Amino acid sequence: MFNDFISQFPQSTVDGLAVGAIFALIALGYTMVYGVLRLINFAHSEIFMVGTVAGLFTISQVFDIKSPLTGFALVGMVLLLLVVAMAASGGAAVLLELVAYRPLRRRGASRLAALISAIGASFFLQEVFALQVIPKLFDRPEGRNQIGVPRIMDKDVLFSVGSMDVRTDHVLVVVAAVVMMVALDQFVTRTKVGRGIRATAQDPETAVLMGVNIDTIVRTTFLLGGAMAGVAALLYIVKFEITAYNIGFILGVKAFTAAVLGGIGNLRGALVGGFALGLIENWGAIFFGSEWKDVIAFTVLVIILMFRPTGLLGESLQQARA
Amino acid sequence: MNLTKKKNSSPARSRRDVRDIWADSPWYVRTAIYVLLFLFAMFVLPSDGVKSFMSPETDWVTTLWDPIGLYILLALGLNIVVGQAGLLDLGYVAFFAIGAYSVGVLGKIHHWGFWYTVVAALLIAAVSGILLGAPTLRLRGDYLAIVTLGFGEIIRIVARNTDAIGGSQGIEGLPRPPAMFGLDFENLLDAKPFYYLVLVMIALVIIISVRLNQSRVGRAWTAIREDEDAAELMGVPTFKFKLLAFFIGAMIGGLAGTGQMGGVQGYIQPENFTFILSATILVCVVFGGSGNIPGVILGAFIIAWLPERFRFIQEYRTMAFGVVLVAMMILRPEGLLPSRQRKAEMKEGAGTLGAMGGEVAGPDTEASVEVTK
Repeated sequence: MFNDFISQFPQSTVDGLAVGAIFALIALGYTMVYGVLRLINFAHSEIFMVGTVAGLFTISQVFDIKSPLTGFALVGMVLLLLVVAMAASGGAAVLLELVAYRPLRRRGASRLAALISAIGASFFLQEVFALQVIPKLFDRPEGRNQIGVPRIMDKDVLFSVGSMDVRTDHVLVVVAAVVMMVALDQFVTRTKVGRGIRATAQDPETAVLMGVNIDTIVRTTFLLGGAMAGVAALLYIVKFEITAYNIGFILGVKAFTAAVLGGIGNLRGALVGGFALGLIENWGAIFFGSEWKDVIAFTVLVIILMFRPTGLLGESLQQARA
Repeated sequence: MNLTKKKNSSPARSRRDVRDIWADSPWYVRTAIYVLLFLFAMFVLPSDGVKSFMSPETDWVTTLWDPIGLYILLALGLNIVVGQAGLLDLGYVAFFAIGAYSVGVLGKIHHWGFWYTVVAALLIAAVSGILLGAPTLRLRGDYLAIVTLGFGEIIRIVARNTDAIGGSQGIEGLPRPPAMFGLDFENLLDAKPFYYLVLVMIALVIIISVRLNQSRVGRAWTAIREDEDAAELMGVPTFKFKLLAFFIGAMIGGLAGTGQMGGVQGYIQPENFTFILSATILVCVVFGGSGNIPGVILGAFIIAWLPERFRFIQEYRTMAFGVVLVAMMILRPEGLLPSRQRKAEMKEGAGTLGAMGGEVAGPDTEASVEVTK
């Protein structure tokens, strides 16, 4: 078994980093919303799903891509898909906030009520996609089956080190995720809106007194979190080439776990937590088999929280970059 | 923010609330009403007259047992954890699964009698509640939520991946209680005995809940729910009481699991115990009125019954369910029958687990207008 571990370790590391990057991008949405509203946005997994469906629609219905693209066509396509997925997910997130959370916020409802509203919105979105959107968009009678996504890029081995193959999609996923996260981090650190977000996360009452428009801030937070889920959605359909109406659920749970692991409310924590979770899962799977991945992830979460009750990097959206 | 908010207390309450009448009536009246309610549930509810309205298409008595009775049991158990102690548990289905699997494994594979498996199931569920709670109850609110969610998933995946307890096929032919009081548990088509069994369980759980709620334990839970730090400072051993809430909640979940006995399908399998069920039970609690026992029962009844009643919109019922949840939380976030205390909490914008966004509303809302005054 130990020999297995040594021989499979490098490849698991690469796979773990790629999956971890996707976890991290989704985790950003959870962590930002949590930082600002102290709300677990349960419907965030459906925001991700909307992004995958929008991406697939563009690939298969708008452009009808049958074979992998190369060169500029590929770059242009990926950029276009990026915009489409970010717009779809970001838009869905803003809409979700408007319909399901803002009225509750206005009433000062309890967070438990907000959580139930989130669960309701999550059920609704899943069902609408299973019953209406997916059958209509892709002309399929049954909306609950998984849908394969046509391959848009060749997954060539870029380079190998020993038994480790690093493929183009691995590189794309990790690089894109890190670039987006750095961009988001800079946005939150350097712009005026970003300062508003941090102020609200730190102390909403004082932020309002200082002239921060909290509605704008919350909307921007949902937009940014949704857009990051859109990036994750694009990377997911490129890497795993599959989507379904309920694809978001398990990924959402994992991403939320990643957010908590890194320290919820903390952007860099989401990055650390996402990569850590991806790696732990894949390393653990060597020992126990991949059907135990989820158990490994949650067990590690419990163990880490026992020793660091606010996650690896601590909680605040503010503190980590003070 | 709360300090600046003026209480718009109504001038001298004009009408007496039902609750006042209830609280003022002597004990024998209340006992009589309890007995009447029990008899109503036993004889009137499963009768044909009620059936024709409530459930013309499906077997009403079976529906009363599974899902309605089981949902009520689970909701009552979760109500202790979420409604009374204020601990957000998103993996409550784990205890339900542990109860059902204890009966299945011990009864089917080790050939124990039904009642022995029930005792064992309660013990196993309670111990797992402690095992889950002891390391995690020091965590606050949302961390606890994700850890419990993880626990629920772990239990399901372990059941799925362990072939010794049936793997993904699950267990068929669970043991049934021996015949008693002229009730025969052999025939699934006649669900009355199962319904009566669950009804007795519900009655027991209600008695336990009410007694606990009115005791020192219940007050300690309320204190923890309202403000854990303040409770700790006042000398409430918060960790112990939180653990107790988990322990009792887990036992009730396990009890519901033993009452499940494979349900209408006659078998248990891991996919019966998904997160969706945990979420649905949580919805029952909040929908009905978190912390208020009649409210929770009503909530569970409605949530379990509506989808069965409206089978003709089968496809769209989950979607409708989602819409109802969002609308309900916007229009009446405190639930159908909120406890009076909870209603007051909600009005202050605090309530269980505090308010969203630190009690700040938008620029044009009531709360912020107060600030600018």
